[in-house]
Amino acid sequence: MSDYNFAYLDEQTKRMIRRAILKALAIPGYQVPFASREMPMPYGWGTGGVQVSAACLTPGDTLKVIDQGADDTTNAVSIRKFFEKTAQVATTEETARASLIQTRHRIPEEPLTEDQILVYQVPIPEPLRFLEPSEVETRKMHALEEYGLMHVKLYEDISQHGAIATAYAYPVKVEGRYVMDPSPIPKFDNPKLSMAAIQLFGAGREQRIYALPPYTRVVSLDFEDHPFEASKADHDCDLCGADDSYLDEVITDDAGGRMFVCSDTDYCRARRAAGHIGAQGAPYEEATA
Amino acid sequence: MIEIENLSKSFTLHNQGGAVIPVMAGAHLHVGPGDCVALTGSSGAGKSTLMRMIYGNYRANAGRILVGETDVARAAPRDIIQLRRHTLGYVSQFLRVVPRVPTRDVVAEPLLILGTPREAALARAEALLARLNIPERLWSLSPTTFSGGEQQRVNIARGFAHAFPALLLDEPTASLDATNREVVLTLIEEAKARGAAIIGIFHDEAARARVCDREVDVTAFTPARAA
Amino acid sequence: MTPLLQVHDLAKFYGPRRGCEGVSFDLWPGEVMGIVGESGSGKSTLLSCLAGHLPPDRGEVIFDTRGQGPRDTLTMSEPERRMLMRTDWAFVHQHARDGLRMGVSAGGNVGERLMAVGARHYGHIREQAIDWLGRVEIAADRVDDKPQAFSGGMQQRLQIARNLVTGPRLVFMDEPTGGLDVSVQARLLDLLRGLVREMGLSAIIVTHDLAVVRLLADRLMVMKDGRVVEDGLTDQVLDDPQHGYTQLLVSSVLQV
Repeated sequence: MSDYNFAYLDEQTKRMIRRAILKALAIPGYQVPFASREMPMPYGWGTGGVQVSAACLTPGDTLKVIDQGADDTTNAVSIRKFFEKTAQVATTEETARASLIQTRHRIPEEPLTEDQILVYQVPIPEPLRFLEPSEVETRKMHALEEYGLMHVKLYEDISQHGAIATAYAYPVKVEGRYVMDPSPIPKFDNPKLSMAAIQLFGAGREQRIYALPPYTRVVSLDFEDHPFEASKADHDCDLCGADDSYLDEVITDDAGGRMFVCSDTDYCRARRAAGHIGAQGAPYEEATA
Repeated sequence: MIEIENLSKSFTLHNQGGAVIPVMAGAHLHVGPGDCVALTGSSGAGKSTLMRMIYGNYRANAGRILVGETDVARAAPRDIIQLRRHTLGYVSQFLRVVPRVPTRDVVAEPLLILGTPREAALARAEALLARLNIPERLWSLSPTTFSGGEQQRVNIARGFAHAFPALLLDEPTASLDATNREVVLTLIEEAKARGAAIIGIFHDEAARARVCDREVDVTAFTPARAA
Repeated sequence: MTPLLQVHDLAKFYGPRRGCEGVSFDLWPGEVMGIVGESGSGKSTLLSCLAGHLPPDRGEVIFDTRGQGPRDTLTMSEPERRMLMRTDWAFVHQHARDGLRMGVSAGGNVGERLMAVGARHYGHIREQAIDWLGRVEIAADRVDDKPQAFSGGMQQRLQIARNLVTGPRLVFMDEPTGGLDVSVQARLLDLLRGLVREMGLSAIIVTHDLAVVRLLADRLMVMKDGRVVEDGLTDQVLDDPQHGYTQLLVSSVLQV
């Protein structure tokens, strides 16, 4: 039993957030201001995503929380426990079984479906911020579709590194209109932004919500002579052998030993359960999952 | 080419009790193509004032100054700008240029403004500088560092770069040696031969006698003092 | 021929205080006009109103647009006006850091206006940026340096390149040589004269430096207490000033 209102926030606040979400879905990529609440966790720990999740959850939902693709990191565990306690919803680590997934910095490898919602935690929602500090000016630039500055950032990348070095939070254009920061997901995930599920983005400190409705056209910005590339480590997963998933590099000793493993832990687990074995992997046993 | 009718001018010194100083009244002058007229009169009689009024540098109070089709006394600034670019050249005694600009470019500038290709404009500039005996090693330097006589010759080269139909010359031969004086007088004769109307101030009487067809004493246009 | 810019009865007040009032003039293609006056004379207010940085209280600023002929820039929509500002207009600030992105390389600074009008080919953008750096006498190997690493004069030249890369027809300049060493000023003046001549630019230059207008401006407007007290050909206004204030201004200049 809990003395909290369902999913912690009071009903009026959830209604306010739902209105912002509906508006965000109606104008894909547009940053809708909302009255972000104090949450029982510090800014930067996913307060925006948590508020959006709280406004979307119903008692029948099954929740999955990931941080950098993993279900078992501190941030993911804390948020999952938070909703177990305040909403008593079922939780899962299996992507396919979840109806709502809150994520920090990744999109699951397994394609999402029309009956799922993906909620992103967003630190800085404004893609133009690093070059134009004035909020008044950036809003005007969005309103008037003045996005030349976004290419200045990519130009700087190429001039300094010989290629577009932006590897995460890679800017995209939504339905040919708004330029959007997809949150700090690796650019490997950018092509997945056009998907069947609803995607909601919550920035708690910055008090902004934005969204991508299902099947929205999302294009990564680039130059004609330097086209966008969804890059990843040139390697297969050492545990499950996958050659199509985003990899984390893990240092295994102080003698230069290292291995590459799927950043999406559920994807890796499922593959190993199905009998795939990577270069350094051991046969899968249920208990180790 | 240049027709002046009933021209008058006074200076009002607002910061010195509003004193009004009349300097010219009822001036008349006519200079046709190929004519060269010398303005004479003692110092302060108004020779330079009249030249500056023709160039549009001083305002006229009344009267007409026709240069070609343009009445300088009434023309809008942009018409005078056009007149100065195409029709009316002026060789003053003082060189006023942007520091640092090479002499070659200073001389070519009137041609470049008119859209002459850079190569042709520079070639013309170099030919004039050579004729006026400016050593080639100075062409790439700014004339601001030159001697008085050299600056004067750069000024003349600049004034003769474009074939202006009308020319105003303020002491073109002052501070020149005999060789260069001869070059300048030849330049003036060539300009006359191609039909330029020229008004000049020459203290050099021999030069005046050689190139000028007439003399006009501006003392006649000087209003009675303390009227 | 149509004037490039027609200004009718422009006025701007700060509460009861007059910023500028009753300003009217035509600027023709290829003309450079200077506006002089002491601080507080309203010359900067006037420039801001003309350039669309400050909404005037009264008047018209009619620009001869490429597509639609003469249009009042004060009543056109904001997107249209902002488009004008990054295509046919340019603004050179007194302090280069107000007109540059200090955190962006020289090439990025010059390329921004190209990208703002849709250029999406990195190689071409960079070629044009290097070409323009050359025109303002900045070596090609500085293209990836940030403006912080540049001297004051170089920053000002970079600002000019950044502004002129889209081939504007009208340039507003606010004390372009202010705060620079005298030798650097001369170099900048020469550069500006050359660009004005070669590109057929029209320009409006606000300055308190009479030597600058004599060398750069064809025409001159003298302002005092928010009003134009005298205007005409630059050398005529300076050599035969008619208004008492202009006479005072001219006679106050130290002769070198």
